[in-house]
Amino acid sequence: MQLVLEKRAERSNTIALVSPLIAIGLTIVTMIILFAILGKNPLLALHAYFVAPLTDGYSLQEIAVKATPLVMIAIGLSLCYLANAWNIGAEGQFLIGAVAGSWIAVKTQGTDAGAWVLPAMLVLAAAAGALYALIPAICKVKFGASEILTSLMLVYVADLFLDYLVRGPWRDPHGFNFPTTAEFDPVATVPLLIEGGRLHLGSIIALLVVAAAAILLGRTIKGFEIRVVGAAPRAARFGGFNANQLIILTFAVSGALAGLAGIIEVAGPVGHLQPGISPGYGFTAIIVAFLGRLNPLGILIAGLFLALTFIGGEQAQIAMKIPLDVTKVFQGILLFYVLACDSLILYRFKLVFPNRQVARGTG
Amino acid sequence: MQAHQRMLDPTPNGLHSGESPLLQTLGLTKRYGDFLANDSIDIDIWPKEIHALLGENGAGKSTLVKAIYGLIQPSAGEIRWQGERIVLSGPSEARSRGIGMVFQHFSLFDNLTVAENVALGLDGKESFKDMSARLEQVSKTYGLPLDPRREVWQLSVGERQRIEIVRALMQDPKFLILDEPTAVLTPQEADQLFIVLERLKAEGRAILYISHKLEEVKRLCDTATILRGGKKVETCNPRLETAASLARMMVGGEIKEVKAPAGRQTTVPRLVVNDLSLAPSEAHGVRLEHISFELKGGEILGIAGVAGNGQDELFAALSGERLSRDPGTVVIEGIAAGHLSITQRRKLGAAFVPEERLGHGTAPRMRLSENALLTGHAASGMVRRGFIDTAATLKTVDRATETFDVRKAKRDPEAASLSGGNLQKFIVGREILRNPAVLVVSQPTWGVDAGAAAVIRQALLDLATAGAAVLVTSQDLDELAEIADRIAVMFHGRLSAPLATSEATREKLGLLMGGSSLEPKEAAHAVGA
Repeated sequence: MQLVLEKRAERSNTIALVSPLIAIGLTIVTMIILFAILGKNPLLALHAYFVAPLTDGYSLQEIAVKATPLVMIAIGLSLCYLANAWNIGAEGQFLIGAVAGSWIAVKTQGTDAGAWVLPAMLVLAAAAGALYALIPAICKVKFGASEILTSLMLVYVADLFLDYLVRGPWRDPHGFNFPTTAEFDPVATVPLLIEGGRLHLGSIIALLVVAAAAILLGRTIKGFEIRVVGAAPRAARFGGFNANQLIILTFAVSGALAGLAGIIEVAGPVGHLQPGISPGYGFTAIIVAFLGRLNPLGILIAGLFLALTFIGGEQAQIAMKIPLDVTKVFQGILLFYVLACDSLILYRFKLVFPNRQVARGTG
Repeated sequence: MQAHQRMLDPTPNGLHSGESPLLQTLGLTKRYGDFLANDSIDIDIWPKEIHALLGENGAGKSTLVKAIYGLIQPSAGEIRWQGERIVLSGPSEARSRGIGMVFQHFSLFDNLTVAENVALGLDGKESFKDMSARLEQVSKTYGLPLDPRREVWQLSVGERQRIEIVRALMQDPKFLILDEPTAVLTPQEADQLFIVLERLKAEGRAILYISHKLEEVKRLCDTATILRGGKKVETCNPRLETAASLARMMVGGEIKEVKAPAGRQTTVPRLVVNDLSLAPSEAHGVRLEHISFELKGGEILGIAGVAGNGQDELFAALSGERLSRDPGTVVIEGIAAGHLSITQRRKLGAAFVPEERLGHGTAPRMRLSENALLTGHAASGMVRRGFIDTAATLKTVDRATETFDVRKAKRDPEAASLSGGNLQKFIVGREILRNPAVLVVSQPTWGVDAGAAAVIRQALLDLATAGAAVLVTSQDLDELAEIADRIAVMFHGRLSAPLATSEATREKLGLLMGGSSLEPKEAAHAVGA
């Protein structure tokens, strides 16, 4: 008896929907084993991770707040990945967006600048993120440089640039030498949706981005172009679509969304620019994009789920002294299973029994 | 002696009583999932026999020979070699027992020499020098001239095939399988191949000859086994059958005759190519040189030629997948279009059907409606202000389905789930439904079943009758003779002057396909070039 992978005639839509769930199931099983090895009660740990955050209002808001940047970045990344353009540097575009938007906030600090400040910050952050993403895109199109490497390396450039600014020119003079800017003025801050709560306008923007992506991919010729260039490059060229233009476009859009997410995070929940504004949102968003099957609605759900693991990870650390790094292990294992389960969309498992020997006489 | 007697005998197998066949399959079955690619096939192959294996695409020919050559394991049944039951662990065991095979698609490294390629394919331990000497000797003995030191990319398709044949012969096989060997040859090259095969047969070897060219089989083969839908239909003596009766056995019914409508009139030139030259876009590609022709409405121009002589490059230059610096090199409907994109050319009324159905003509994992949009977005009202009109794309699918009898499991399946013939009918239908002024189509019926091929050829004729200009590139000379008004031949990136189909004999076309010229004075010029 032998287990073989057999190609399906047509992709299975059922599996396409179920595969992320199978992946989550397998991840949880693996985590149970991991918790047991760490000497923690697996049931309590799972409760802390997945149930406790859903039981109080503060945590629920916090999940939405964490999901906001994840979803916005992942939507942009999904456009790249659908078009076969591999933007791995969303983290860098996120940081550059945060820096560019903060520039206006820092420069208008303490002046009587009006309501134009926040919109200007958002626009500048998106533009900066887009420009930063265009560097690997143009290197790819003009020189054939691998966008995977260049976009990833630019993450560290952005990270150190931000570090330089908050330790040097932009440091808050009254900040006890901490590497941080001063708290942004109210006109440079993303407004809260509920007074005294955590939920802010950025979550609404994220929902609008999801809706726009759904319309783009499902209804427009541009969305079709993106999908066909990724799925069948030669057929796309035959259809009259230019793959290089699409690399530029999808990188610019995903950079803009990452940059926007960056400034919303800084001008929203954080309130000032400092190192460590991102717990790896740009990288976790890659998992969100694939867990959501590169589908806008799927990404929204996946974003909320991964936000849950961030919040749950904090709770588990507080309640059970489980290291926060376990959350990253969890996310890595999840991506592994998601990609593995995806093969079931085009293939199925089949048990094969060895040939029964056919006995036959001669002649 | 025996072979001679058998030719006269209507039941060839009756003669072999008393001795055992060289190779025998008994109830050979291969199952892929629920699909029976081979259903209990019995076949006997005798020494000194050229045995044809006939069948349409998907009939199970390849599966059967792969099992015999040890590439796949049968699900049930057995293979006997010289009367003894064998289970082949793989092709190298098949080779060591004396079974050789020449594939339709060559496995050669372009940047290596002939001798290096042969050495890579041999299992033995002899030195490179000895091997090279033996290679030259084998190629001389069988009249298959080869220079062991030349690199493969410099060789013609016919020469590449010689490498494969010589490589197989160097193992001294008792039994040689050839998969559609003449598909890539000119008629003259095919004749030379037949001489070699007759000689191998006279030496006592057996040959299994896969083909769907019936005249060829009647001429060359002693026995024919016909497969259809994975089952053996019959084993017969092809010389006692007619091409029509063999075709009936292959298809399982009558094939519809393609009818050229009477009174087709040519109108104004709709596609003109003026002195088109284009450097290859990839290494070892073919340079197009000074190609000129004029194609009027109501006319079908056929382009013959051995694969790899610039047909793909010409298609790309005509479609706009590759652009030309000089706009006047390609003129569509009176407008210089050499610099225009494929979308702009479609807007001028041109339509294109490439050779590769999956991956070029369609996106395999996308639905038919999306594949209708792939070429229809330019000029078919499927897109309004950037938004897709899904109803319009589905309507195109339905119309193509109805008009061209596309068989599929549901209304809008993925392209990859259709059979080759049905997908090709969809692709041709998708383009014809746009009422193109110019249709450029490459290998319209390649790997397509006979029924679908007839539908497609008829559609091309009808389109020309309706006034369109149709350019058909094909390696199938019979197909071109059936539908084209004029035939030109492509060789090394050059296009010959077109011949009227009535004057384009196989001999003349064969000479052009081999690079010779029909006129003596031009021949002298060609030598100098």
